[in-house]
Amino acid sequence: MDKREKDIEKLKDYKYGFSTDIENTRAPKGLNEDVIKFISNIKKEPKWMLDFRLKAFERFKQLKEPNWQKPKYPKIDYQDLYYYSAPKSMDDKPKSLDELDPKLLETYKKLGIPLQEQARLNGIAVDAVFDSVSVATTFKDELTKQGIIFCSMSEAIQKHPDLVKKYLGTVIPTTDHFFATLNSAVFTDGSFVYIPEGIKCPMELSTYFRINASETGQFERTLIIADKGSYVSYLEGCTAPMRDENQLHAANVELIALDDAEIKYSTVQNWYPGDENGKGGIYNFVTKRGLCKGKNSKISWTQVETGSAITWKYPSCILKGDNSIGEFYSIAITNNHQKADTGTKMIHLGKNTKSKIISKGISAGFSDMTYRGLVDINSKAKNSSNYTQCDSLLMGNKCGAHTVPYIKNKNFDSNIAHEATTSKISEEQLHYCQQRGLNPEEAVGLIVNGFCKEVLQQLPMEFAVEAQKLVGISLEGSVG
Amino acid sequence: MTEQIKIDFEKIVKTSALTEKDVELKKKHLNKFLDTGFPSKKLENWKFSDLSQIIKKNIGELSFYNDYSISNELDTSIFVKDFEHNKIIFINGSIEKVDFTHEDHDKIEINDNFKFVNELEDSNSLLSLNNAFSNKNYKITVKKDYSLKKPLVIYHTTNNKIKSKNINPKLEFQLEQNSSLKLIDLFNDAAESNFINIFYNFDLKEGAILKNYKIDKVQNKNIRYSYNNIEQDNNSISETFILSSGSSFSKNEINCNLKGEYSSAFVNGIFSLNNEQHHEIRTIINHLVENTKSYQLIKSVLGKNSKSAYQGKIFVDSKAQKTDGYQLSKAILLDETSEFNAKPELEIYADDVKCSHGSASGSLDENSIFYLMSRGLNYQQSKELLINGFLIDVVEKITDTEIKDLIKNMIGFKE
Repeated sequence: MDKREKDIEKLKDYKYGFSTDIENTRAPKGLNEDVIKFISNIKKEPKWMLDFRLKAFERFKQLKEPNWQKPKYPKIDYQDLYYYSAPKSMDDKPKSLDELDPKLLETYKKLGIPLQEQARLNGIAVDAVFDSVSVATTFKDELTKQGIIFCSMSEAIQKHPDLVKKYLGTVIPTTDHFFATLNSAVFTDGSFVYIPEGIKCPMELSTYFRINASETGQFERTLIIADKGSYVSYLEGCTAPMRDENQLHAANVELIALDDAEIKYSTVQNWYPGDENGKGGIYNFVTKRGLCKGKNSKISWTQVETGSAITWKYPSCILKGDNSIGEFYSIAITNNHQKADTGTKMIHLGKNTKSKIISKGISAGFSDMTYRGLVDINSKAKNSSNYTQCDSLLMGNKCGAHTVPYIKNKNFDSNIAHEATTSKISEEQLHYCQQRGLNPEEAVGLIVNGFCKEVLQQLPMEFAVEAQKLVGISLEGSVG
Repeated sequence: MTEQIKIDFEKIVKTSALTEKDVELKKKHLNKFLDTGFPSKKLENWKFSDLSQIIKKNIGELSFYNDYSISNELDTSIFVKDFEHNKIIFINGSIEKVDFTHEDHDKIEINDNFKFVNELEDSNSLLSLNNAFSNKNYKITVKKDYSLKKPLVIYHTTNNKIKSKNINPKLEFQLEQNSSLKLIDLFNDAAESNFINIFYNFDLKEGAILKNYKIDKVQNKNIRYSYNNIEQDNNSISETFILSSGSSFSKNEINCNLKGEYSSAFVNGIFSLNNEQHHEIRTIINHLVENTKSYQLIKSVLGKNSKSAYQGKIFVDSKAQKTDGYQLSKAILLDETSEFNAKPELEIYADDVKCSHGSASGSLDENSIFYLMSRGLNYQQSKELLINGFLIDVVEKITDTEIKDLIKNMIGFKE
């Protein structure tokens, strides 16, 4: 087999594994104040933003990398990474899609994300992030009419500094943990969403993240603010080329819901998971946190995690407003040598707050999966309740499934219920499906989809279809 | 603390008849303890109970030297009445009396100079402390095919001769093939502000049955830590029941290794706490081979300012197919100042297993109270009835009827 054929063969497993040959502008390798100044400078940021970064960097220097997580990884040399990489054609920001580098358009077309608005069927506004910069945001005009701001983070810093200043770092402060602080110092781009008072966002907003360049880390920062009585549903998708090295992805996502507002945040994470021997793949160390600031607010996280060599994240809700609601729905699938340590935190501070956690973990091959979650009901959170269910499915005896819930109840008016089960697909179920003409692989696919149904239901329509397919693909070859 | 502990250690070396080799070994463990000191909440296993702080707050400076030459008077009034049993009596950490009157003496071997040092994998600094300072090592062997006719009651007593001391009782049990032992630990402390650090090691051979009931019921102001290590061979059964209620602070750890096929382990516990009490149970059940079973049920009733924690871990090795593991913890919080923490953990590497855990906590159900009150009970009675109903579940799990009745009497359950 020549090299080309081999490449094609490889791509069958992970169809987003191609890379785009495009000229890049990069920050010098390494992590120091100059690099941070370089990033800030190239993005023409105001001084307060640079100060924010430097403050975070000062703090970062004192922090130690955490190592309590289950999946261990070789030490990352933070000086051996590029912290900024952008397609050269983005140096002078194109005014419209027509001016965009055709190579970029081609890439997104290959990924199934057409950026031309007319090509969209159902009106999902997309912000496409390529390595360190946002390359295009669609449907901007239509959203602007309603007063909705949906743009890249860099643009928001320029055009809406008041909002950014007011909310950035309020949920994930610069004094947070190691990776979050690193992100605060070097974040490059990401999406910014502001929904004004009383507005229901008429379409799904979506960001598509793509890591292209090698030896780069992607550090994006997303900030979503839902003002009083507003509603927004936000989707996030991710892919990366196949490379033998491990790449770091350490994003921060902050959500803020004011009085009576609702934010629904869905993720389909399909970063490159590494090959079947566990070589390469993305380290997905993301900090996602939502703050239900106002009363009656609601934040709901839905995630389908199929990619990445190591996934290490806990999308959390801080339920500060009275009567606020936090939800977490998750499917995590690991195959081959993938490892995941994921779950959520529900921190109940306000009265009558409610939270619900549904987590489904499936591990196959040599993979390892951990659900780790915290439910903390504060003594002032009267009459709060939490329901947690985490189920794991194991395929074979080379993989592992673990559940580590932390439950803290400091309020006697509140109820916490937690359930977890671990099992395998029963022979009876398989037999039943096969009897009716399904081959073993289809049978497993069907059963797994049934197992995940509660979570898949929470996804917006188009995503649900894609996610369902993804679940099937991720488990290919793990049966028998 | 470091200075004090070294001085006390030298004092022990001088006054006791230890061989050079023993001293060497004890010194090694002392140094191991000094490396880390008392566990603090920085350690994952001590997240919910910071022992280092608790000792500082409740005792202050501990002293580690105990004069075991002082004779202590036996207080026979603490003996369980109308209940025939064998006795081992600890007073202030040393064994004063061993009495197996009801048994066949050929079938039980008691070695009071047994040299054993606990070298457990999942060890902590308290184990090292116990190894360094424990007085005499007793090993009790129950011979093949022998079942003790009467239960063995171990009285753990202290008197007012000690204060701010650390005492380190230690016992080793071996249950040979098809033997069985019923063991009740009764804690009865008159002393205050001591840190009691108990280690038990059980070795269960094929078909052996161990039933261990730990009753900490008498209110006392001591800090207690108790560690049971249980090794289980084929077809063996261990049953542990913990009533955690008397001490100011108490942590019970059960580490159970199911090494033989068809072995099973049961752990049941009750926390009944009040007034600034803080108790914890931590269990680790290691399923290491096929066809093993474990079952755990822990219930808490928490009054004013009290706090309970339960950390339970079920580990299933990749070889341990057909494992059955179950774990349930429930808590009732009676007051706005009470707190319940739980960490029910599963770590599973085999696919053909049935493992589940559940945890629930909340207040007493107002509807149930209303139901009872509408039938003529007053508020207090209704509350008590509901709490009794909640806890009796765990007591009913005790398989030995005689001991079950005894424990029901002690707790004050009326039927």
